[in-house]
Amino acid sequence: MLKQMEGSMAVAEAVALARPEVICAYPITPQTHIVEGLGEMVKSGQLENCEYINVESEFAALSVGIGSSAAGARTYTATASQGILFMAEAVYNASGMGLPIVMTVGNRAIGAPINIWNDQTDSMSMRDAGWIQLFCETNQEAVDVHIQAFKIAEKLSVPVMVCMDGFILTHAYERIDMPEQAQIDQFLPPFNPRQVLDPANPVSMGAMVGPEAFTEVRYLAHRRQMDALELIPQVAQEYAEIVGRDSGGLISTYKAEDAETLVISLGSVIGTIKDVIDQRREEGEKIGCVAIRSFRPFPIAEIRKACANAKRIVVLEKCFAVGMGGMVASNVRMALSTQPVPVYNVIAGLGGRPITQTSLHNLFNEAAADKLEGLHFLDLNQEVVERELERQRLDECSGSVAENILRDIGAVAASKV
Amino acid sequence: MTMTMTEQMLADEGCPAMTAKDYRSDVKPVWCPGCGDHGVLLALTKTLAELQLAPEKVSVVSGIGCSSRIPAYLNTYGFHGVHGRSLALATGLKVSRPDQTVLVAGGDGDGFSIGGNHFLHACRRNVDLTYIVMDNQLYGMTKGQASPTSAPDWEKGKLTPGGTGINPFHPLVVALASGANFIARVSGTNANGAVPILKEAIEHPGFSLVHVLSPCITYNREQLDWKKMVRPAPVEATNDPGRAARRLMTDDNLNLGVLYKGDRAPYQPDLRSRGVSVADLEAPFQV
Ligand SMILES: Cc1ncc(C[n+]2csc(CCOP(=O)(O)OP(=O)(O)O)c2C)c(N)n1
Repeated sequence: MLKQMEGSMAVAEAVALARPEVICAYPITPQTHIVEGLGEMVKSGQLENCEYINVESEFAALSVGIGSSAAGARTYTATASQGILFMAEAVYNASGMGLPIVMTVGNRAIGAPINIWNDQTDSMSMRDAGWIQLFCETNQEAVDVHIQAFKIAEKLSVPVMVCMDGFILTHAYERIDMPEQAQIDQFLPPFNPRQVLDPANPVSMGAMVGPEAFTEVRYLAHRRQMDALELIPQVAQEYAEIVGRDSGGLISTYKAEDAETLVISLGSVIGTIKDVIDQRREEGEKIGCVAIRSFRPFPIAEIRKACANAKRIVVLEKCFAVGMGGMVASNVRMALSTQPVPVYNVIAGLGGRPITQTSLHNLFNEAAADKLEGLHFLDLNQEVVERELERQRLDECSGSVAENILRDIGAVAASKV
Repeated sequence: MTMTMTEQMLADEGCPAMTAKDYRSDVKPVWCPGCGDHGVLLALTKTLAELQLAPEKVSVVSGIGCSSRIPAYLNTYGFHGVHGRSLALATGLKVSRPDQTVLVAGGDGDGFSIGGNHFLHACRRNVDLTYIVMDNQLYGMTKGQASPTSAPDWEKGKLTPGGTGINPFHPLVVALASGANFIARVSGTNANGAVPILKEAIEHPGFSLVHVLSPCITYNREQLDWKKMVRPAPVEATNDPGRAARRLMTDDNLNLGVLYKGDRAPYQPDLRSRGVSVADLEAPFQV
């Protein structure tokens, strides 16, 4: 059914279609509307047979989820930013124990300095925690991918994180084609846990594993993710057959076949990039893009194939490994290590800085001329940076960088003294 | 102990005293009209003026929430930390700078849900901190979800379909049981009434809890009535934990005043064993 609705509400409805049995979450912007939407559905009776648990923190939310999933209940939670950092121990625990929890991350920057706006550093901080990580370009995709996530998680007994850009998607109103309950019931069978609580054969979960078996357990976790490389497209296919829409999968491409410049990114910025590509195609430039939909497992083979004929790759990412550079670019470079193609890394949109078409045009002009440096920061204000560096050179006790810069740009008044 | 410039000025006869306004920064609060936190800010500035504390001798530490914005509105040192960790952070601050008067401020969510474990241990450790909790029985900043102090049948919180259905947290009883040395309640709608109690809390050694009924009329309009419902506690503060326990257990959350005043010795950091004195620590900050 077609509806005009907020991204968060659409995701709430999609999650409800998957018939979760336990939901627990702690509020944090920009994710809160999703779990509030689900809370309202439980209250109104629209979502039945679902235990909605009030918890005291994100750490509690995922820990409760680990308990309920281990007991065989289809479990859902959501968080963002500081929340995912606070639940970190449980994030590793859930995947280590192979519990197929589905969690939405409404992507937001992490502090300090505190910032509520969008970038993807939060879920990226957990990229190696053993969860499958799926990124959404639009709210329609978020709806479809959430439903697919339950199937992927439960088939492999691995938790899945569905990442959607905070505000840009969570708070945006879009036209959504919501699947029917009957379609989803056909697509997604009831949860059949790999590990069951059976009184005839009681088990103690969470065994201590020493050096004699730890590597094997970890290796098998990797194997399961490698299996996901096959399962994810298969599930997308099954979904398309029932719901009639192509979404999900490992990557998607746009005007990539003959592209000399290939832009790789993930999440909602792909929309802006496509618009810019269309404009540049009209001028005759051979440019296209690849959206990474599954970041974990990382689709090495698909990336290689998509990049096979490109002359240059531009990886644009809303996350940043301090002291290293791009997280996505590092992965792309590894995938392309046998292909002699330059990979430019662009860090963009940190802490909610808008990624405009103008900036992208300038960036792609430089890329086309192969003038980009290996690591580039889109729209970095060099003057502000230099001023702070100078301050640090002159004064050993130059104070907090964040406050100094806010004062420089006039965002807060200079202190009274 | 050496004095800072402001302290010296304050000690000089003929120097004009600090007024409440001198403790306010020029940042305008983000709080809604009618929020009890306005009253807390006013009460705090008045209290600091009564104590004539040099602003640089006061640190205000908070977590995240509407109430946790308060350090920005004061001219003292401020620290806006992550959600729920203010007490742990303040402990570190106080033991390394025992000369500072350290106030910790925040909401019921920050202090009793996500930061609940630190609350227990801060009471138990009994470091000389004053913890001011602006309790509005909900999470204001994230738009009105139920908190540990919400009534079990309060249905408006959207993360608790049909209400929490669980017993509210009783911070005063928990504080007493965990070892807090001073327990009081004030109302955010009566700044002048809060001043003497805040003053006593700051002056009392050890961990002091000041529970503030700070209405959020944006997400729970019924809290407008708190103003009419509160009353001074019918009896004087006791230093007997047993009697205090009985009183606090039967407390209906509306008694204002000092409710318990213990005499446990506060936690004393042993600076000498580290070979430094407070004066040593202060030396680099002399002007
Ligand atoms: C780890 C983490 N989880 C969640 C949040 C989102 N959050 C910000 S403030 C807040 C609750 C605030 O409630 P309270 O402490 O009672 O303060 P109030 O806003 O009511 O003054 C929450 C859940 C966060 N900042 N960090």
